[in-house]
Amino acid sequence: MVILNLMNYRGRLVLKNRIIPCLDVKNGRVVKGINFVELKDAGDPVEQAKIYSDGGADEICFLDITASNENRETIIDIVRKTAKECFVPLTVGGGVRTIQNITDLLLAGADKVSINTAAVKDVSFVKEASKKFGSQCIVVAIDAKKVSDNKWEVFTHGGRNKTGIDAVEFAKQVEINGAGEILLTSMDRDGTKSGYDVELLKVITDRTNIPVIASGGVGTLDHLYDGIVKGGASAVLAASIFHYGEYEIKEAKEYLNSKNVSVRL
Amino acid sequence: MNVTIVDYQSGNISSVINSFTEVAKGKVKLEVTSNVKKIKSSDKIVLPGQGSFKSCVDSLNSINGLVETLKEFAITNKKPLLGICVGLQMFADIGYEEAETKGLGWIPGKVSKIDNQNGKFKLPHIGWNEIEIKKESKIFKDIKNKSHMYFVHSYEFIPEDESVISSTTDYSSKIVCSVERDNLFGTQFHPEKSDKIGLKVIDNFLKL
Repeated sequence: MVILNLMNYRGRLVLKNRIIPCLDVKNGRVVKGINFVELKDAGDPVEQAKIYSDGGADEICFLDITASNENRETIIDIVRKTAKECFVPLTVGGGVRTIQNITDLLLAGADKVSINTAAVKDVSFVKEASKKFGSQCIVVAIDAKKVSDNKWEVFTHGGRNKTGIDAVEFAKQVEINGAGEILLTSMDRDGTKSGYDVELLKVITDRTNIPVIASGGVGTLDHLYDGIVKGGASAVLAASIFHYGEYEIKEAKEYLNSKNVSVRL
Repeated sequence: MNVTIVDYQSGNISSVINSFTEVAKGKVKLEVTSNVKKIKSSDKIVLPGQGSFKSCVDSLNSINGLVETLKEFAITNKKPLLGICVGLQMFADIGYEEAETKGLGWIPGKVSKIDNQNGKFKLPHIGWNEIEIKKESKIFKDIKNKSHMYFVHSYEFIPEDESVISSTTDYSSKIVCSVERDNLFGTQFHPEKSDKIGLKVIDNFLKL
């Protein structure tokens, strides 16, 4: 499937590879976990989102990592405020378990929702959601961990729970059930800054026909390049390299462009 | 000026409302409604659309008198109407998403699934793509050729008369991404999600 990867190059395809900064939100504040455990504070989500959107982010992603039922209102309020100021697509995930959760987020101004645990529990939820709201707004987030050579397993609850489900098989299932995109996070790489799990990306992008967003492990701009060109991802998601000012979105795009990867400048 | 965003309970129109509100600030009175009387008395109409062709058409039809009112507004009286995404697709005679479904029949043509060349191209077509402007268009005033717009769709509108096409985009083939005939406008892309350049399209429409 070399063709697919080559198509990410400028000149072959005018559809741009997307750069998506992800804001992990806990109790209304942006945090970023190191392997999902130690959390640091990196600011106000609405303000951050606006900075990213003004800086050329192709989409913004909020992940509500505490998402208990009591604080649903907090994230909905953040989404409402952000959507009034950012005019690029906004994806929200974390604790999306019911059709009502999706309705609330979309009404607040989210363009897409990302479903994780609820999709693993019952894949027909993906079908129900995509039938009701359209595939265009249903992203399924898959957290995968390598268990042996060329084998990855799906984890849930922020990486705490093992499911025994094969990640590749599950990716195919969510596609059949109407997911519009897959947000694929490598649990082995998340927070490590050692780069995406390119092998995992490659196998999933080869075996599915919907766009895959790469996530987990970005530490350098080369990692973004690898996710797109080697892994075949349609979009690359990153958190800490943007939050702590190591790189600006514009810098990332100019770098990719200089390496012949097609991006929106 | 009164502009109505038609809310016919189909899909998520919050982003359309937010963007139009941002551009309209203080200049234009925006109304979000499916009230036929209010629609009749507006100066311009925005017809959004999300979800499947069938679900959007079914929702429009379920509101008494809405389809006739829209037709009288846009086709008989030739007042400005902008269809977005499935809102544009519904201009067609027929659509094939979910089931064969009759469209509004305002612009002869059909809506069928994008040919992904046996899986070579991922669907939905999601993301930022360049538009190639095919004819002078009132809503593309001051917008450069090859500007980036945000797309998310798996079906495309194929009009019989190519002269209505105001821009195309290149994916697995040349996909129609906007049409214009008299005061009838439609965009396959989402101006409301296309950053500053998208807001400019909205501004152009509001300034007509």
